Amino acid sequence: MSLAPTPLDRPGAQPESVPEKTNRRAVAPSKRTKLVVLNVLSIVGGISIWWILSLNGFNFPTPGDVALKAVALWDAGILQKDIAQSLARVLTGFLLGSLVAIPVGFLMGWYTTARGLFEPWIQFFRTIPPLALLPLVLVLMGIGELPKVFVIFLAAFLACVISTYQGVVNVDKTLINAARVLGAKDLAIFVRVVVPASTPFILVGMRVGLGSSWATLVASELLAAPAGLGKRMQDAQLYYDLPTIFVGIVCIGILGLVMDRLLLLAETKLTGWQERR
Amino acid sequence: MTTATQSKISIQNIRKTFQLKNEEFVALGGVDLDIADNEFVTVVGPSGCGKSTLMNILAGLEEPTSGTASVGGKTVSGPGPDRGVIFQQYALFPWLTVRKNVEFGLKVAKVPAAERRERTDYFIKMVGLEQFADALPKMLSGGMKQRCAIARAYAVNPSILLMDEPFGALDALTRVKLQEQLLETWSQEKRTVMFITHDVDEAVFLANRVVVMAARPGRIFDIIDVDLPYPRTEEVRLSPRFAELRNRVWHSVYHQETSTAGSYSPSSPTA
Repeated sequence: MSLAPTPLDRPGAQPESVPEKTNRRAVAPSKRTKLVVLNVLSIVGGISIWWILSLNGFNFPTPGDVALKAVALWDAGILQKDIAQSLARVLTGFLLGSLVAIPVGFLMGWYTTARGLFEPWIQFFRTIPPLALLPLVLVLMGIGELPKVFVIFLAAFLACVISTYQGVVNVDKTLINAARVLGAKDLAIFVRVVVPASTPFILVGMRVGLGSSWATLVASELLAAPAGLGKRMQDAQLYYDLPTIFVGIVCIGILGLVMDRLLLLAETKLTGWQERR
Repeated sequence: MTTATQSKISIQNIRKTFQLKNEEFVALGGVDLDIADNEFVTVVGPSGCGKSTLMNILAGLEEPTSGTASVGGKTVSGPGPDRGVIFQQYALFPWLTVRKNVEFGLKVAKVPAAERRERTDYFIKMVGLEQFADALPKMLSGGMKQRCAIARAYAVNPSILLMDEPFGALDALTRVKLQEQLLETWSQEKRTVMFITHDVDEAVFLANRVVVMAARPGRIFDIIDVDLPYPRTEEVRLSPRFAELRNRVWHSVYHQETSTAGSYSPSSPTA
């Protein structure tokens, strides 16, 4: 990625200079500006094509129609409510899922007993899309919030637990040995080495989990939800109300993107120490 | 002969075997070695001679199949901060800055903050990394990383240092520089050092004594006393006596099958 020369120890050069840092900073801004410009061009271009197509016989609402519909739904108080409901479901399921997944993943990676006990179940449920469990969950939990949040929880949990477990298993043995020879016992090794070393894996798992949470949300709202973006789109389908469907799609897309970016931000903050190639 | 009471590191008849599919692989087949207090011993040998295994046993990271290793009169069981280890792959914690890496062992030992700070600063300065105290390992060159690892090992005040090919991944120029720095550090902060290498020049340049090992089974093949004076300057490195010793070690390492085997026996005189 970086073309900066790698620092070399030269007997004559003192103090050893580290040119990497300054170079990377000098190169990055122009490259970033270029990327942002291209991003904007791509978005504007895409929307233009959509607009042109919808004005030329395609059965689409124009972006303008969609925007007007969004405003109308917002003014009627429907859109906020839908967003709030959907967001609440996704966040509850996703946060609970990750919160449970991290300790379970750690236990599985650290203790053979835990691995032996948990692994068959996790491997089994991993192959089942959480939505396939929905009929069963509905029978057992009724049609309230619980079954919806539960399938989202499951989606987030399964993605995150595997990744956390992988993270713990992949902790460099040399680092653990280095901690041991410095006098660290099991607890200190866990807290000071295993947890930080597996953070990158956990965050990747959380991002994947967030993706599958969103995917699970809409489908779970198909079933007798009082409100929610998925439910709104379902209703709109009955009345051939394409603008409302588009509003739903765009909202889900934007919300998903924003949450993903937030996680990415956390990732760069927490795992900036990694050597990237 | 070095008696057991005088020696800092005492290795007695250590065997280490691994069970392969159908046969037993003998990594170490009965090794005896005594290292005196503040002695600098280098160990060279072909790959598979068990030199790293021997070090891991002393570090407490591996257990011998039979025999005992003791450090400072105490039998080794498990790793501990009395024995500092420096790994070839640096093994710095990449999420911690240089300062926090050096501080790691002191934090684990619950050393009070003020003392911790003082010791950390002292050893960072000793290896010349004070300008990089707050840099993450990814910002450092290989040589700087290894200097940080040396400071980290020293910080917990171990009585011996075990170094497993610490300069093996560095380029030739950096290596020579770090060898000189290591000796300088060692003369300031005397410790008993066992230094593993595959570089004959390095082995002779650093050591009081060079231990040459042989493979299959892993054993001590020869021990060569290095009677060169410290401080070891470039002059020493270019001296005829250095060349002579180097040739002897070289011969011992690379012509083990042709040279007179058994030139060393455990009872032969040592430093």
